[in-house]
Amino acid sequence: MATQSITVTINGEAKTADVEDRLLLVHLIRDNCGLTGTHIGCDTTHCGACTVLLDGTAVKSCTVFAVQANGREVTTIEGIEGEALHPLQEGFMEEHGLQCGFCTPGMIMSSKHLLDKNPNPTEEEIRWGISGNLCRCTGYQNIVKAVQYASNKLEETTTEGG
Amino acid sequence: MSKCKTSPEVGGMGHSIKRKEDPRFIRGQGNYVDDVVRPGMVFMDIVRSPYAHAKIKSINTEKALAHPGVAAVITGETLKEYNLHMMPTLMSDTQMVLPIDKVCYQAQEVAAVVATDRYSAADGVELVEVEYEPLPVVVDPHKATDPDAPIIRDDKEGQENNHIFHWEAGDKDGTEEIFKNADVTVKENIYIPRIHVASIETCGCVSEFDSVSGRLTVWLTTQAPHAIRTVVALVAGHVGLQEDKIRIISPDIGGGFGGKVPVYPGYVIAIAASVVTGLPIKWIEDRRENLQADSFARDYHMACEIAADKDGTLKALRIKTLADHGYADAAANPSKFPAGMFSICTGSYDFKNAFVEVDGVYTNKPPGGIAYRCSFRVTEAVHAIERMVDVVADELGMDAAELRMNNFISKDAFPYQSPMGWEYDSGDYHAALKLAMDNIGYDELLKEQAEKREKGELMGIGISSFTEVVGAGPSKDFDILGIKMFDSSEIRIHPTGKVIARFGTKSQGQGHETTYGQIIAEELGIPHSDVTVEEGDTDTAPYGLGTYASRSTPTAGAAAALACRKIKEKSQKIAAHLLEVAEEDLEWEVGKFSVKGVPDKSVTIQDIAFAAYTNHPQGLEAGLEATHYYDPPNMTYPFGSYIAVVDIDSETGEVKVRRFMAVDDCGNIINPMIVEGQIHGGLTQGLAPALFEEISYDDEGNITGGSFMEYLVPTAVETPHWETDKTVTPSPHHPLGAKGVGESPTVGAPPAIVNAVVDALSHLGVKHIDIPITPEKVWRAINKQDAA
Repeated sequence: MATQSITVTINGEAKTADVEDRLLLVHLIRDNCGLTGTHIGCDTTHCGACTVLLDGTAVKSCTVFAVQANGREVTTIEGIEGEALHPLQEGFMEEHGLQCGFCTPGMIMSSKHLLDKNPNPTEEEIRWGISGNLCRCTGYQNIVKAVQYASNKLEETTTEGG
Repeated sequence: MSKCKTSPEVGGMGHSIKRKEDPRFIRGQGNYVDDVVRPGMVFMDIVRSPYAHAKIKSINTEKALAHPGVAAVITGETLKEYNLHMMPTLMSDTQMVLPIDKVCYQAQEVAAVVATDRYSAADGVELVEVEYEPLPVVVDPHKATDPDAPIIRDDKEGQENNHIFHWEAGDKDGTEEIFKNADVTVKENIYIPRIHVASIETCGCVSEFDSVSGRLTVWLTTQAPHAIRTVVALVAGHVGLQEDKIRIISPDIGGGFGGKVPVYPGYVIAIAASVVTGLPIKWIEDRRENLQADSFARDYHMACEIAADKDGTLKALRIKTLADHGYADAAANPSKFPAGMFSICTGSYDFKNAFVEVDGVYTNKPPGGIAYRCSFRVTEAVHAIERMVDVVADELGMDAAELRMNNFISKDAFPYQSPMGWEYDSGDYHAALKLAMDNIGYDELLKEQAEKREKGELMGIGISSFTEVVGAGPSKDFDILGIKMFDSSEIRIHPTGKVIARFGTKSQGQGHETTYGQIIAEELGIPHSDVTVEEGDTDTAPYGLGTYASRSTPTAGAAAALACRKIKEKSQKIAAHLLEVAEEDLEWEVGKFSVKGVPDKSVTIQDIAFAAYTNHPQGLEAGLEATHYYDPPNMTYPFGSYIAVVDIDSETGEVKVRRFMAVDDCGNIINPMIVEGQIHGGLTQGLAPALFEEISYDDEGNITGGSFMEYLVPTAVETPHWETDKTVTPSPHHPLGAKGVGESPTVGAPPAIVNAVVDALSHLGVKHIDIPITPEKVWRAINKQDAA
């Protein structure tokens, strides 16, 4: 199997690896980099558990080849916490937006993509925004609240900052 | 519970404590099976059958073995050398681990490839050459016992057809008598189809065998680690895997819902392969394998009848069920209950008599018969009764709410003996339905519906007033493979007053690390934040039957309360010693013993814990710990009333759940936030089979719903905003008055939605639609009417 040398910046850190052409980005993240917060739920782009940001856009990393990420920036759940929790992480905790936790990292990454593009989404926009991510435990209601919590918190921070 | 006994800092029952599990999950720091990495670990992948029924003429592994990275190919012949090619199911049936001469369902495991990485293992799977000779298939369970049907289980001695079991309960003759003399009888055939729990994490394991010590460690997606360890010891004891040498670790579990109770062939193959090769082996199934081969739920064909008086008084219920079990009876029911708790089907109503019978048959489909977030077969029972009550109301032209109110078991009748022999512990069904009706504005909805009907718009209102039976269960009746269905708690209080508590159950998202801590906080006054809860490691946790059937709070939760009470008893002796008074001169209030009448003279539980290790009274054992194995005296009976409002697009047949009011009663509540979260999730798993989900097969036994492309798990867009409320009727026999809640909404929601849809279409002559209610089914129902 042919291999290529690629360099991918994951959570701000450049990683260089020789990879098979067919290696999926999710396996690069999980197996090669040991970042196991990104989960695999379906292998077929339906469930969204593997969602990461690729140059700031949410993608399902089970359907992206690692080589396609060459020279690009990947952000995973492990990369969004700064000095404090990201408001989305805080929101998921405060609003009980998770139960088994398996969909949570992907759900948070999709929500981050949504809020980056649309800081004040309506409930319907949130529901559509996370509609590529399946959750079997929560019934989504508290996930919606968690995203609203983060939206409010981000707005407060921006207002205070400005 | 109206008032909390403890402060929020202590965080006993009734406080919405934030979950202790969350900090790791929101950071991606959970530890699920696929996150486990062992030195030298290799990967396993499985060759699966394209046929539903076929002879295996040959398996050629040469090309696979020649592929770089492939270390081994395991077939049924390999396992047969160790007598591991067959295994028992939890229902004392047998099933293949890997086949020797034939396959009996599509996607059945045929061989396994072990390789250095996932990709090479998948390559190896492609290179295993299997020659099949297709056999005639049995797909339709109604034809399974036809004289000319091929016998699927010809491997079983004395198995002359595809019939598995006949089970019945109730009074056949007494019921018949009522039917003969009834004013009104109604009948409906109701099918509740094959569905799949589809937890977002699939199943898998990492198996590691240390040939020097003879120890086997398996990280496994299991809801019942202790039972699995015993099963592995029973299956593989003859090759040296005795129970003390087996360690099952159930790490973080990404959703279970019953699908992670059974032992799957993949686990056994991985374990066997790790023992044979000496290599740690990881096997993680993909989504299609999960949907196509893992245990299904439901698949009950129910012929339901009710006899009633003209005034709507329900008299007798009769249900004849055909249960499609697939290739093996691999349900996860208690041994004495081949149809689970199906006889809860008289529901919330005071029937005079009832009779049910269930016949299980083999077909060429994957084995199963597990729950999908419900106590054994309770969803099927509730679906039958809640649909049938509406059928009676429709027949008599009565309001469905009024009919229910007139027939509910009265709150004064508890403990209530059902005609099926269950003793319902407590309930107030009238109050729950009334609250749901008031909350949603039932009368206004009826007016709105009448107005819309005038305009030709389709709107329906559906009710479901369910009663569950959960918390299995009392040892006199309940066991799995002979192991009684108690559960356990071991609580150790350390010198500084901090606690480690271990349980025989295993959370899959229910939040046990938080709620069990709250039970201990409630009982001992030790802050929940000082309690560390551990589950899922058979080396450390006390034996228990695991988490399913809403049994954790009813069994292990009760065990925690009673272990705490043992600790409190000993604490009183230590307190008496410390305060130099007689034990009977002490009284307990949250977290401390004080001298009666002298409240200032007291010792805290933390003081007592310290003394238990530093200054214990002579003659008393040192330390402060207790273990309790709780054998419940009865099941618990959570209940509720749900009202769904649907709008139907008459052009497309699309059903939209506009409102859904859920009033639940699970007795006393440990953590209201978690209970509400459980209800949201359960309702969504009730919506799912009602409108979207079905695992179906074509005439050849090919699965037609085997990926998330066809198996439609609802997203946030299809899921409505749930409205919830509660009544609180404590269980009189549970030490905390709690009943369990995780499954009520999954059980109660589907009939509310179906009843709403049928209600919307009833003026068109529609009497019943089977779930899932797809737009196509609705469109056909509407248009058949138009054509007539």
